[in-house]
Amino acid sequence: MASLKDLRNRIASVKATQKITKAMQMVAAAKLRRAQEAAEAARPYSERMGAVLANITQAIGGGGDAPALMTGTGRDDVHLLIVCTAERGLCGGFNSQIARLARDHIRRLLADGKQVKIICVGKKGYDILRRDYASMILERVDLREVKTLGFVNADAIARKVIHLFNEGGFDICTLFYSQFKSVISQIPTAQQIIPAAAAGSTAPEATSGGNAVYEYEPEPGEILSDLIPRNIAVQIFRALLENAAGEMGAKMSAMDNATRNAGDMINKLSITYNRQRQAQITKELIEIISGAEAL
Amino acid sequence: MAEAFKFELVSPEKLLVSEQVESVVIPGAEGEMTVMAQHAPVMTTIKPGVVTIKTAGGKEERFVVFGGFADILPSGCTLLAESATHVNDIDRADLARRIQEAKEDAADAKDDESRSKAEQFLSQLTTLEGALLPA
Repeated sequence: MASLKDLRNRIASVKATQKITKAMQMVAAAKLRRAQEAAEAARPYSERMGAVLANITQAIGGGGDAPALMTGTGRDDVHLLIVCTAERGLCGGFNSQIARLARDHIRRLLADGKQVKIICVGKKGYDILRRDYASMILERVDLREVKTLGFVNADAIARKVIHLFNEGGFDICTLFYSQFKSVISQIPTAQQIIPAAAAGSTAPEATSGGNAVYEYEPEPGEILSDLIPRNIAVQIFRALLENAAGEMGAKMSAMDNATRNAGDMINKLSITYNRQRQAQITKELIEIISGAEAL
Repeated sequence: MAEAFKFELVSPEKLLVSEQVESVVIPGAEGEMTVMAQHAPVMTTIKPGVVTIKTAGGKEERFVVFGGFADILPSGCTLLAESATHVNDIDRADLARRIQEAKEDAADAKDDESRSKAEQFLSQLTTLEGALLPA
């Protein structure tokens, strides 16, 4: 049985921990709000980008002049996975969920005899995937120094990916991130970005009658080749923003749990402490009384 | 007074402008163009430059954009900019940094096509700098 002093120390340390988790929860809540605002502010751009892209692909009508980034290389031998996770832990199963999804995907691809390459965005995913697939990891993008996610961060990643694609480094690129559904639920998602899974490109040519509506300056093909890389950057940006919001949501609920857990623990320890103290007092009283009676 | 139409300026980070305007001057890739209400549908890429907006209230606002594209319809105009800043908030250091990067890109370019592209971008940037910051 632990002594009274031990119990007292224990209670003090749990209390300190509770304070920390509480503070972390509040910080996460504040950051979550900011991340959510950022994600919402980015939505109009990606929505309009999608609309314009659909429009223009329809104009081209899946013709031969669509850039390779959109149609793909026609093979699916080499897969590039971009795994976006958080830079920090202490956010429940957030990172491991994304990593698990990616790992399952990798296993499936390897079983099919495909070649896999990985780009890790965020430290945690790198730490998890490094254990099994260190040889496949091409690069690790560190965003820890980044205070507020900007489009430039996403653009830098997109540029690397496109550069790699142009060199023939891979055939299919899939983005792994966590979709922000709500504070308590984040859904790990895999999204194929190269070749762009746009339904418009496979639409029948029957719609080409609508071509006359738009005037393009410069040529549609040229606009498209400018647009597609940008669209990839936008999708990565969106994934990063959703991830940031999801991480904060997960962290908030994880820290909430931890705070509550610490509260329970303090209650239990306090009861044990009080009982033991009472027992000691009773014992001392018995000793005094029986001593007095013996006289 | 000219008819007003809806104009939106969107950057990946946020929606900068969304209001009724009389006319917008867009730095199109193939030359500047002024968009007014009932414009024929045009889609164009834009080069780094200044977007001038004349709002329905008669006010004039100017934004600096670095590349992007514009979607023009008779009912309205949407400008998707890679990065957009109000002229008053333009950061000289940022502009200088971009020019420096463009210079490096031009120097690093491996083939003629990408070099001419990089140099074109660089000259657009320097023109923009000249227009914004009278020496």
